[in-house]
Amino acid sequence: MSVRSKGRSSGGAATRGRRRQLGGAAAAAVLASTLAACGGDSGAANALTWYINPDSGGQAEIAARCSEASGGAYTIETAQLPRESSAQREQLVRRLAANDASIDLISLDPPYIPEFAEAGFLAPVPEDVAERVTEGVVPSAVEGSTWDGEIVAVPFWANTQLLWYKQSVAEAAGLDMTQPVTWDQLVQAAQEQDTQLAAQGIRAEALTVWLNALIESAGGSVITETAEDPENIELGLAEDPGTRAAEVMNLVGTSGVVGPAFSTAGEDANVQAFEDGEASFMVNWPFVYGRALSAVEAGTLDQSVVDDYGWTIYPRVNPDDPSAPPYGGINLGVGAFSAAPELAYEAAECIVSDENQAYYFVTNGNPASSAAVYDDPEVLEVFPMAPEIRQSLEQAAPRPQTVYYSEVSGALQRSYHPASSVTPGVTGEQAAELIRAVLAGEQLL
Amino acid sequence: MTTTTLPPTEKTQPVSAPRGAISDRSRAERKLGWLLAGPAFLVMLLVTAYPIGQAIWYSLFSYRLTDPANRSFTGLTNYVVILTDGLWWQAIWVTVLITVVTVAVELVLGFALALVMAKALSAIRPVLRAAILIPYAVITVVSAFAWQFAFDIQSGFVNSWFAWLPGIGADTDWFGGWGTSILVICLAEIWKTTPFISLLLLAGLAQVPEVLQEAAKVDGASWWQRMWRVTIPNMKAAIMVALLFRTLDAFRVFDSIYIMTGGANGTESVSFLAYRQTIARVEIGLGSAVSVLLFLSVVLIAFTFIKGFRIDLAQARGEG
Repeated sequence: MSVRSKGRSSGGAATRGRRRQLGGAAAAAVLASTLAACGGDSGAANALTWYINPDSGGQAEIAARCSEASGGAYTIETAQLPRESSAQREQLVRRLAANDASIDLISLDPPYIPEFAEAGFLAPVPEDVAERVTEGVVPSAVEGSTWDGEIVAVPFWANTQLLWYKQSVAEAAGLDMTQPVTWDQLVQAAQEQDTQLAAQGIRAEALTVWLNALIESAGGSVITETAEDPENIELGLAEDPGTRAAEVMNLVGTSGVVGPAFSTAGEDANVQAFEDGEASFMVNWPFVYGRALSAVEAGTLDQSVVDDYGWTIYPRVNPDDPSAPPYGGINLGVGAFSAAPELAYEAAECIVSDENQAYYFVTNGNPASSAAVYDDPEVLEVFPMAPEIRQSLEQAAPRPQTVYYSEVSGALQRSYHPASSVTPGVTGEQAAELIRAVLAGEQLL
Repeated sequence: MTTTTLPPTEKTQPVSAPRGAISDRSRAERKLGWLLAGPAFLVMLLVTAYPIGQAIWYSLFSYRLTDPANRSFTGLTNYVVILTDGLWWQAIWVTVLITVVTVAVELVLGFALALVMAKALSAIRPVLRAAILIPYAVITVVSAFAWQFAFDIQSGFVNSWFAWLPGIGADTDWFGGWGTSILVICLAEIWKTTPFISLLLLAGLAQVPEVLQEAAKVDGASWWQRMWRVTIPNMKAAIMVALLFRTLDAFRVFDSIYIMTGGANGTESVSFLAYRQTIARVEIGLGSAVSVLLFLSVVLIAFTFIKGFRIDLAQARGEG
C-alpha cells in the first residue's frame, strides 16, 4: 500500500532488535500462560471444581465453609458459568460432551437435568446419598431431580414465583388477597386502577416458565407423555387446558394492562417497573424482595414502597382450580468424568445441608428445597413470605421433563411470542406441529 | 486537493522474462516464496481447511452431540430440510437486507470520513484518525450492548432525546418489532464498521496520482468533476476491496442480533440460525449443514466480487 512509502525511517537495527526481543518474550509469556491454562487442574489432588451460576457470592461462601468443615478431605473451588440458564447449559453440554474431567460439581437448572442424565453426563447418585438428600425436601424439588424414576441430582435450592402486589392498589381495587385470585381478576383490577400487570413476555426461557405455569394451572401439561424417542412424545398444547392458557396469555397481552415493552420484558425489567410504581401486580421470583431491601439500604428506594409490597400464591387460571406455580432453582449434579465422584457427592451433601440452605436463603434470597429451613426463625424474620414460598413449592409444577427440553422450550417461545399474537385454539396446534417437526428433524428452529 | 506527500506513483513494469519461460532467478524467488509462506500455509490449512472439511462431513449425518451413539448417515437430507424451510429463507432475506443497507451506508459515510482524514490539517490528523477509528476498536459484543442500552425503553436515552421526532416517544419499544429492531441492529453495525471502510478508502485516496489532480485542475475541472472523473475511477480497486471485505463481514452478522433481540421478531440471520442449531440444539449435523450453506454463500459473494467486478487484490494492495 502506498502508505508504506510514508513509513517512519527512524529506529535502527538496535530498536528492531529490542522489539524482536520484547516480542519474543511476550510470545513466550502468552504461550506459557496458554499452556498452563490448558494444563487443567491447578489445585491440589483433592480439589473439587464446582461450576456455579452467577449469584451474590453465596455459593462461593458455601464452598469455603464446606471446604473448611471437611477438615482437608477436599477443597471446593468455584468456576462461574454464564448468566442465562440456556447459556449455562450450552457451555456445560459442550464441555461434558468432550469428557471434561475438571467438572466435579455442577449447579444445574432443573429443566436440563433429563438431557444431562440421558446423555450420561451425570455420575450416578449412590443410593444412600439419594435417600438422605431427598428426605424432608419439597416435592417439586425432588421431582426436578428425578429422571426415569431415579434421583439423578441433589436438590439444592428451590425457586418458585409468587404474585406480588401493591397492597394499596389491591385494596383500592377491592381485591381480597387473602383468597386466591385469578388472572381475569388481576387484568380487570389493573384496568380499573389504571396500572400495569407485569408478566414475562420476553422471547426467552421466562416465557416458557409463564406458559407452562398457565397450562399446568389449567390442569394440563405441555408434554402429556414423555418418551426417549421424540416421535412418541405426546403434547397437550392443543387440548383444552392449552387453549385456556392461550386465552389468558392473549388477554394479558392485549388488554392494555402490560407495559409498552411487554414483548421484551423479563424478570429484571418487570421488577424495575414494580419498584417504579408503573406496575402494581407482578408474577416473579422471590429475589424481588431481597432486591427491594438492598435498594432501600442503598437509598435508591423509599421504605414506604417496600412497606406496600404484598405477596400471595401465583394467580389461578380457573377460579376453582388451584394454581400450579413455576418451579425453578438449582440442583447439584456430579460430573460423570470427575476423578472423585464420591468426594463430590460428599461435598454436595455438605452444600445442601439445612444450615447452608438457610444461609443461602437469607443472604442471597434463594429459597431452600428443604422444608425444615422454612421454620428457621432467621429465615422467617428476613423473608416474611417464606410460608407462602413453601406452600407455592408444594403445589408447583416443573417445566416439561424431556431430553429435548431445549427444542421444546425454543419452539414454544417461537410460537407464543409475542403474547399479544397468541390465538386460542390456533397457536397451541401450531406450536405442537412445530415441536413435532423439529424433534423429527424436519424443521429448523 | 489532498495534502498527502506521496511521490507520483509512476508505475514501472518489472523486467520479466517472456511468458512461459521462467528464469533461474524467478524460479529461485518462487522457491524462496514457498519456503517462507509454507509454514503459514500449512497452519492455515490446519485451522481452516480441516474444520471446513469436518463441517461438510458432519452435515451429511443426523448427529446430536448428546446422543453420539445414534449418529446416522442421512446424505443430503439436512440440506433438503434447510432449503425447504421458510425460516431459512426469512433468515436469508434479513441477512441480505442488513448487508445491503449497512454496506451501502458505510461506503458513503466511510468515503466522507476518508476525505476528512485525508484533507485534515496535518496537526490534527493523528488525533482525527484515532477518533474516527475508536468504534472499530470496540468489541462487537460491547458495542451491541451499548446500543441496546441506548435504545432500551427503561435505561435508554434515545427515547427522551429524540422525543421531538414524530413516531418516537417515551413508550417506543425499539426491540418490540421487526422494523425497529433491524434499524437499531443496522445502526450499531454501521457505527462499528464505518471506520474500517474509511481506513481502506483512505489508503485508496492516497493512491490517486497527484499529477492527475493537478492536470484536471489546470483544465478547469470543478471539485465535483475531479471527484467523479479522477479520484473515484483511480481508487476503484480500493473501493471494491473495501466493499468485498465488508460484504463478507456483514453477511455473517451475529453479535448484534444475539445481544439485542436474541432472534426475536423474525430478526434471525443465517449465522444466528447456525448458532441455534449447532450450539443451542446441539444438532451438529443440521447446524453444520447451515454453516456449510453460509460458507457457500460467502464464497459466492467473494467469487462474484472478484470475477464479476474484476477486482485485482494485488493492485489494491499497491503491488500492481
